[in-house]
Amino acid sequence: MAEVLLEVNHLRTEFKKRKGKVTAIDDVSFHIDKGEIVGLVGESGCGKSVTSLSIMRLLRDTPGEITNGTVLLGGKNLLELSDKEMHAFQGKQMAMIFQEPMTSLNPVMRVKDQIVEAIRLHLDMDQAQALQHTEKMLTQVGIPDVQQVMNSYPHQLSGGMSQRVMIAMAMSCYPELLIADEPTTALDVTIQAQILDLMRELNQKNGMSILLITHDLGVVAEMCSRVIVMYAGRIVEQADVETLFAHPRNPYTQGLLASLPRLGQHVDMLPSIPGTVPDLANMPAGCKFAPRCKYAMDICTKEEPKLVDMEKPGCKCRCWLVEQQMKGEGKA
Amino acid sequence: MSEEKGALTVPQEEQALAPRQSRVKAFLIKFLSRKTAVAAACFIILLVIVAFLAPVLQPFDPATPDYDAILSPPNAKHLFGTDEYGRDILSRLLAGSRLSLSVSLSSVTLGAGLGAVLGILAGYYGGWLDSLIMRTADVLLAFPDILLAIAIVAVIGPGLSNVIIAVAVFSIPSFARIMRSSTLTVKQSLYVEAARSLGATNRSIMWKHIFPGTVASIIVNFTMRIGTAILAAASLSFLGFGAKPTEPDWGAMLSTGRNYLGVAPHIVYFSGGIIFLTVLAFNLLGDGLRDTLDPKIQ
Repeated sequence: MAEVLLEVNHLRTEFKKRKGKVTAIDDVSFHIDKGEIVGLVGESGCGKSVTSLSIMRLLRDTPGEITNGTVLLGGKNLLELSDKEMHAFQGKQMAMIFQEPMTSLNPVMRVKDQIVEAIRLHLDMDQAQALQHTEKMLTQVGIPDVQQVMNSYPHQLSGGMSQRVMIAMAMSCYPELLIADEPTTALDVTIQAQILDLMRELNQKNGMSILLITHDLGVVAEMCSRVIVMYAGRIVEQADVETLFAHPRNPYTQGLLASLPRLGQHVDMLPSIPGTVPDLANMPAGCKFAPRCKYAMDICTKEEPKLVDMEKPGCKCRCWLVEQQMKGEGKA
Repeated sequence: MSEEKGALTVPQEEQALAPRQSRVKAFLIKFLSRKTAVAAACFIILLVIVAFLAPVLQPFDPATPDYDAILSPPNAKHLFGTDEYGRDILSRLLAGSRLSLSVSLSSVTLGAGLGAVLGILAGYYGGWLDSLIMRTADVLLAFPDILLAIAIVAVIGPGLSNVIIAVAVFSIPSFARIMRSSTLTVKQSLYVEAARSLGATNRSIMWKHIFPGTVASIIVNFTMRIGTAILAAASLSFLGFGAKPTEPDWGAMLSTGRNYLGVAPHIVYFSGGIIFLTVLAFNLLGDGLRDTLDPKIQ
C-alpha cells in the first residue's frame, strides 16, 4: 500500500443563510495516496468545489463553515490549525489552481512579481534567487519565451499561457498536493490536452498528488487512477478508474456514464438523467438521488444509505439497491 | 524537481500574444480627446509651476507694505493693484498659490490615506469593524463639510496646520466609502482567492492584491476633493479660522478685501477669481478623469 497523503473524514460544510443553515457537503470521506491522481466528479452544484475549498480552508469570504470532520494532511489535522499555521501550509504543502486562468492572476502585477511573492512566502530566498527560481519554474511548465512572459501583465497572455503560469506558481514551492479545480474547463480542446499532459508529467516527475476536480468524465478516464463521484453533497461512489467505467454500481454513476456520447455508436438522442439536482435547502429525506432514480424503492425515500465497501478493495458505494444485492450474493 | 529535467515544449500558437498597446498610452489618447479636461489640467500644471517659482516670479515682496500706494487699482506698476497696506496683489496671489496648493494637497492626501486604510479594513474584514467604521463615516457625512471643519477648528484652535487637519477629517468618510465598495468587489475576484490559496497573509492580500485594484476609483475623488479642500481652506481663512491676515492666503485676502468692496473691488475680484478658477479646474479635471477611467463611458 502506498503512503496516504491526504485523508478526509466525515467532512461536513454548512452555509449560513438568512433562514437557518444548508448543508453543502456531508459525510465526505476519502483519501489520496502519495503520487496519485484522484478525480472528483459530479454535476454542477454537487459540492466538488466546496470540498476543495474546505480542504484548503478557503471558506473565509463565504458564509460557509466546516462543522464536522477532519482533514489530515501528512497526519496533521488542518482544521485544528490556527490561521497563521495554515498560511504556512497553503502554497507550501498544498496548492490550488482554478477554473478561470485569466482571472486567477492579479491584473495589475507582472507575472514575475506574483510568482516571486508566492516563492518568498514559503521558501527562504532573496529577490535574486526567487527570480531565478521563477525562471526555472516557468521553463519547466513549457513557456517558450520566459523572459518576455515574466515581464508581461496577465492580460497580455493567452488562456493556456495563464494556466501554465498558474501551474508554475502553484508548483513553485513543491507542494505535495495540487488541487486542480476544473483546470481545463475554460480552455479550448487542444490547450486542454496540453495542460493535462503537463499536469501528468509534473505528477510523474515529482510524485506530486493531484486532486482533479472536473465534470468531464473523459478527462477523468485519461488522467486519474481513482475516481470519486459526488451527488448533492455526498460521495455516492468511489472506485478505481477501470472498475468505475466498466462496472458502475451506483445508479447515478450509471446514468452519468450512459449520458456520454460514444464514438462509433449512433444515437439520435443521448440518454439523460431525468429531473434536476435537489435544492440544498430542501433535501429529500433518505437517498438524495431517490427522486430521480429509476430503481428507487421504499427504503430509499426513508433512510439515507451509507457509503459501504464493495467486494473489490478500495471501492465504495452509497446505494440501498447495491447493498441489498451484495447481501443477497453473500447469502447465496 | 531538479534542473536537469527537461522543459516541456509548447506549440507555436500558444505563445504569448504580442503585448497590446500600453495602458498609459491608451489612457492618454482617451484623455487628450477631452478638451475641457485638458485645459483644466494645463491650468493646474501652470498653477503648480507658478507655485514653485513664486519667489522668482513675484514682482514685489508679498508682505512688504507700500504706504504710497494704498488700495491703488490695477496699473502699470501693480498689475493687479494693491491692498489696504499697499501690498502688491499679484505677488500675494502668486505666493498664495503655494499656500493654497500645499494646504489642499496635504489635507486631501492625509484624508485619502486614512480613508483608504479604513475603507480597505472595513471592506476586507467586514463584521463589527465594518459597522464601526462605516457608521462613524455616516455620522461624519451627515454634517455639511464646512460646518464640520468649523467645528473641528473651533475645538483644536485656528491656524493653517489645524485647517489641514480639519479638511483632512472631513475628507476621510468619502474616501473610506469608495475604498470599501471597491474592496468588496476586488475581494471577490479569483486572483485574491488564488493568492490566498498560496498562503498569502491578510496584509499582503490587502496591500499587494486589493489596493492596486482600487486606486483608479479614488483618483477621481482625490482630484475633486482638492477643489473642495481649497474652497474649505479659503472659507476657513475667510471666517478667520485659518491663515493669519498677514499670510498671503487667498481666502484671507478675500476676507479683508470685503471691507473695501466699495473703494477697491479689485482685491475681491482677483482673489475670488483665482479661487474660482482653481476649484473649477480641479473639478473639471476630476470629471475628465472619471469619464476617461470609466469603461462604460466612451
